[in-house]
Amino acid sequence: MAEENTASTTEKPKVALLNDPKFRSYIFQGLLLAVIVWFFWGLASNAAHNLAKAGIAQGFGFLDKSAGFGINFSPFIDYVETSSYGTVFWVGLQNTLLIAVIGIILATILGFTVGVARLSSNWVVAKVATVYVEALRNVPLLLQILIWYKGVGALLPSVKNTVDMGAFGQLNTKAWFAPKVVLADGAGLVFGAFVAACVITYFINRWATRRQMLTGQTFPVFLTAIALMVLLPLITYFLKGQPMSLEYATLGRFGPKGGARVIPELMAMLVALTTYTAAFIAEIVRAGILAVPAGQSEASAALGLQRGQALRLVVIPQAMRVIIPPLTSQYLNLTKNSSLAVAIAYPDLMAVFGGTALNQTGQAVEILSMTMLTYLAISLVTAMFMNWYNSRMTLVER
Amino acid sequence: MKKAIVSAALGVAALGLAASGAVAGTLDDVKAKGFVQCGVSQGLAGFSNPDDKGNWTGIDVDLCRALGAAIFGDSTKVKYTPLSAKERFTALQSGEIDVLSRNTTWTATRDTSLGLNFAGVNYYDGQGFMVRKELGIKSALELSGASICTNTGTTTELNVADYFRANKMEYEIVAFEKADEVVSAYDSGRCDVYTTDQSGLYSQRLKLTNPGDHIVLPEIISKEPLGPVVRQGDDQWFNLVKWTHFAMVNAEEMGITSANVDEKKGGDDPAIKRVLGTEGAFGEALGVGNDWAYNIIKQVGNYSESFERNVGPKTPLAIARGVNALWSDGGLQYAPPIR
Repeated sequence: MAEENTASTTEKPKVALLNDPKFRSYIFQGLLLAVIVWFFWGLASNAAHNLAKAGIAQGFGFLDKSAGFGINFSPFIDYVETSSYGTVFWVGLQNTLLIAVIGIILATILGFTVGVARLSSNWVVAKVATVYVEALRNVPLLLQILIWYKGVGALLPSVKNTVDMGAFGQLNTKAWFAPKVVLADGAGLVFGAFVAACVITYFINRWATRRQMLTGQTFPVFLTAIALMVLLPLITYFLKGQPMSLEYATLGRFGPKGGARVIPELMAMLVALTTYTAAFIAEIVRAGILAVPAGQSEASAALGLQRGQALRLVVIPQAMRVIIPPLTSQYLNLTKNSSLAVAIAYPDLMAVFGGTALNQTGQAVEILSMTMLTYLAISLVTAMFMNWYNSRMTLVER
Repeated sequence: MKKAIVSAALGVAALGLAASGAVAGTLDDVKAKGFVQCGVSQGLAGFSNPDDKGNWTGIDVDLCRALGAAIFGDSTKVKYTPLSAKERFTALQSGEIDVLSRNTTWTATRDTSLGLNFAGVNYYDGQGFMVRKELGIKSALELSGASICTNTGTTTELNVADYFRANKMEYEIVAFEKADEVVSAYDSGRCDVYTTDQSGLYSQRLKLTNPGDHIVLPEIISKEPLGPVVRQGDDQWFNLVKWTHFAMVNAEEMGITSANVDEKKGGDDPAIKRVLGTEGAFGEALGVGNDWAYNIIKQVGNYSESFERNVGPKTPLAIARGVNALWSDGGLQYAPPIR
């Protein structure tokens, strides 16, 4: 035994190919792979065979056909009834991503606030946060969506009593008619100025960090950044002769029309998803902060940091390592939960593509597998991004 | 390892067998399980609606009951599956239900690419619009800029898009999955207009808070022939469903009702004798008893009885026979002779 071991480190052992552990493992993995491939191929060909036998249309040719039905909300993609089913897919995806992205941002902000509030030494603040968390995360999400849509939505003013919110447009039960930004020539430069401000901020930040490392002097990077991002575009805007204007809804026979229409279904979905997910995020944040040893806060206090500074500079960065992995799964949950939009007629991917398009074409297998793969892809991309962020936030040991 | 491969292979093969067995022999399956599984709506008064005791009634339900009567001689041997507009075809394709009798419009696409067959028309309908009276609208052509509530996955959704486009009018469509959600959204003021088949408008208007505040506009913007649907490739079952409807129409034409069917059975008219099974063997050819039509008429009634009981002028829906009258009365209901 001992002899063999020493031999194997110097030269290849002479064993029969069949007994070579490496070779054997390749064989078995290959076989397993073949079985898996065969199984799924069997499923697919079986489905195709049976669909053909039952006289049901197959294939992805329908994606080029004109859809023929209307969709009431498509902020970025031009959609008309003559658009193809392929466009329906993109419109649905756009509406799903819109909810997911805005929802994730809002839920993160709200969740962090509530999570920190739960640990507050102010008794009232802490209890209010506790009640919020316990109430929201223990009621089914679908119910909350319906409460926001039907319950709170019923409080919106009727068309006749449309509320004029001045600069913010008009609000009634049909929509929030927000002002629409109309771009003229030169509007691109204003955006350019904003991008330039961001780039300048990046370099200022790098310089300030280096200076602080060398001299210990701090620089108000945050305030400078805000000033740059507001002032630069504003100056460009006036220099170019105000190339952007706001268009408000006008009064038609059926109430306000025009402007940027934010439908109540979108608002209800966003509020419900945000408040629900924020309750979970709050608990994750609280757990993360509690995971940082108390000695860290005490040490920062001893160094003379204020409570806010200690939280921002010492505790949160360490807590992030605990927070990010479960936070990722909350982001994924929020994205997947957005498919509940189907209950309140918000035209997301599941409603317009996995629902209406499926029903009009009858091609359940193709449409459902496309929808499934799309949700899978969104989730994987989110997870990939969060894993990358996590690896950046991990403790770098020196 | 080998065992695993073999069992996986068997698994795949079994899936294949199970799936391909679903096409033919619906009548035999129905006879074996002892009832007809009928797909209906989630509640549309006059067509398929459960009453306060949970019994389903309606003109579409009567067709299911007639099938039960034809096959088992008992119109109660039917089980109902309430389906949304979106679910209905998948439920039929997958074999979850035996027949779909759910105010479903017969169109070319549905007949040709879904693997389904339409077995006749038990109600000729057309799409209409309902609005609030206070808007003072008299015609659908005044609806430009309105938001419109409807059901997702229906021909209605397509027709309204066509109609507004053809007339160069703007609109916002709000499409819900369940009919009840559409009604509640319209009632709450989310939409200015509610559109569906005109019979459906009359029926759903009863569910609104103040039915009297709403009017149905005169325009009919589409043809909506509603009828029962079966799976393609099972001709025996297709024939039975088709002739169940025809038997009810023929009975009306010959003046046979549930009240006088026994009396007529004893009569001498050969045409009536053929329908009621005392002459010829038409039931046998359909795969059921020769008294199939007798049972239908005795237990469910003829087409006129079903119409008057469910949607006719004496019901809350108060729909006139109109195009649904017999061909001999100037309508469209026409059944091939039983001979």
